Amino acid sequence: MKKFTQMTGLVAPMDRANVDTDMIIPKQFLKSIKRSGFGPNLFDELRYLDEGQPDQDNSQRPLNPDFVLNQSRFQGASILLARKNFGCGSSREHAPWALDDYGFRAVIAPSFADIFFNNCFKNGILAIVLKENDVDFLFDRTAENEGYSLTINLQDKIVTTPEGKQFSFEVDRFRQHCLLNGLDEIGVTLEDEDAIRQYELRRKQDAPWLFGQQHY
Amino acid sequence: MSSSKQQPRTLYDKLWDSHVVKQRDDGSALIYIDRQLLHEVTSPQAFEGLRIAGRKPWRVDANLATPDHNVPTTERSSGVEGIADPVSRIQVQTLDDNCEDFGITEFKMHDKRQGIVHVIGPEQGATLPGMTVVCGDSHTSTHGAFAALAHGIGTSEVEHVLATQCLVQKKMLNMLVRVDGELQKGVTAKDVILAIIGQIGTAGGTGYAIEFAGQAIESLSMEGRMTICNMAIEAGARAGLVAVDEKTINYVKGRPFSPQGKLWDQAVSAWRDLHSDAGAQFDKEVILNAADIEPQVTWGTSPEMVTGVSGIVPDPEQESDATAKDGISRALQYMGLAAGKAVTQIQLDRVFIGSCTNSRIEDLREAAKVAKGRKVAGTLKQALVVPGSGLVKEQAEQEGLDKIFLEAGFEWREPGCSMCLAMNADKLGAGEHCASTSNRNFEGRQGFGGRTHLVSPSMAAAAAVFGHFVDVRELD
Repeated sequence: MKKFTQMTGLVAPMDRANVDTDMIIPKQFLKSIKRSGFGPNLFDELRYLDEGQPDQDNSQRPLNPDFVLNQSRFQGASILLARKNFGCGSSREHAPWALDDYGFRAVIAPSFADIFFNNCFKNGILAIVLKENDVDFLFDRTAENEGYSLTINLQDKIVTTPEGKQFSFEVDRFRQHCLLNGLDEIGVTLEDEDAIRQYELRRKQDAPWLFGQQHY
Repeated sequence: MSSSKQQPRTLYDKLWDSHVVKQRDDGSALIYIDRQLLHEVTSPQAFEGLRIAGRKPWRVDANLATPDHNVPTTERSSGVEGIADPVSRIQVQTLDDNCEDFGITEFKMHDKRQGIVHVIGPEQGATLPGMTVVCGDSHTSTHGAFAALAHGIGTSEVEHVLATQCLVQKKMLNMLVRVDGELQKGVTAKDVILAIIGQIGTAGGTGYAIEFAGQAIESLSMEGRMTICNMAIEAGARAGLVAVDEKTINYVKGRPFSPQGKLWDQAVSAWRDLHSDAGAQFDKEVILNAADIEPQVTWGTSPEMVTGVSGIVPDPEQESDATAKDGISRALQYMGLAAGKAVTQIQLDRVFIGSCTNSRIEDLREAAKVAKGRKVAGTLKQALVVPGSGLVKEQAEQEGLDKIFLEAGFEWREPGCSMCLAMNADKLGAGEHCASTSNRNFEGRQGFGGRTHLVSPSMAAAAAVFGHFVDVRELD
């Protein structure tokens, strides 16, 4: 996994609540058997005026000029500012894959849906929960100031604004550790191989019907 | 340790405790997974990850696979080769190839045991009480109806479970949703869960495992309880739960993957403890009165945008919170609906009866009861019935339900996810309104520009007959 330590990046605002993962990446793009290449279809139905198809040349499609990511001032954004319950709905990991492929490294919102939140951390994307009025403040500043950027320090768990304001955030220690070091979580779990085998031995005593039952 | 000295525990606490492999000092825990269900959309990159790292599945027999999201629901005697969309075909073929390579049991497209993962798990007895069940699909919460700790995961976690049989988890909080009293005639499990979501909102359950209890839940069949738990995720809760009772045990008995003989007796005696102890503490409790719940219809683009069938489309001007007001305005614009319109005046273009929420035999029976002797309205472009599995289809045909639907003018299809998410050819056109028994009314969910109204199977069947919503309680 990609490491995440500290970054400074342009902020793009996604000003609506309950953005679901169908909206982040529509279903027709889930037919891919790869992990990459979803960036051009991030927010497809909001971003283009036509219906997108997999393997299409997206550069020829009509853009929705009102959509935030199509505005010149937000080109190159790497921090997405969002509203509450971001990423609700489907568990598709294609959602963080699309955000990552587009170039986002962090998402800031007052709250996230659980599965999406978890999926972000598996892909080197830092999902940050800030208080609702702090998020409001950032929406206002982003609207008022072209080129508004934030600095995020994962070690210290602090978001710093250009005017020097600082917001601290919480992150699970395990997730922080994995992101800071770019760790392969499966590798970390397999260090506990013995504990897993011991659990299985115990469990086979208590609940033998859970093992080796194959009647087909 | 004497059990009488233990603190009273919730069902979720018990399921969690029995699956902790290792508690880590950073607050996370390694949790053992008893069953993983796999389908074609969220597994290819997981298998690829295993290959790249040179890893093998930890326990092949804990996995069960079937293609469901992409499969055509029309005639499919030519198998995978017959899938017209080349991208879908590759994905289904990839699942077949991966299961073959890694030795995982798969019910392929031709197999009559094929179907929607959340229908076939319970149907096969592959979902058992007390298990941990995961799948790369958010509606895995369905399996909680069996007092199994079940939740959706992303593809990285699918790979993690394949490789280690474990997940790294943090314990969720406990929520109790109690529905007291008796449901009115014509009011179903679907209406109950939509009413719950309408009350607590789509983020109301975020961070919680929800246990559903109370007389109205106890009186539901296993199919009904599956419908309830299925949509726990639409309330933001990854996992929904219902305690074990006789109905649970009777449902599981004799299924192909269920234990038999002495093991069965041993399992049943363990399962009888799968309920919250008296005095167990919940972090949050929500209570509904069953008698207050009427048949529900969603009018917007989020499952919380729901009202009773006697209700009207709300006015955003009445909403004081700016973000909520903006959400209602956007939804009404997308849905092409005006504030104040009666729900029963919403004209429909298509009807979809199916999905992991409502495609089981009981759902089809309820819909058929309404369709019997009636005709689909001439104003409708299509009314689809898609059974949840080949075995549900077979059962329905034995009961003659297919004939009832066909005579009424419905189409009778092969099993799959179909128009719930429109990954195959079954989809809405832009601007079309659909009465759907599925679980999500998000923008574009059932097709680009499509407008979804979530309802129960009987409400959907009645809407098909009249061309607009009607109150099923008023039908004979």
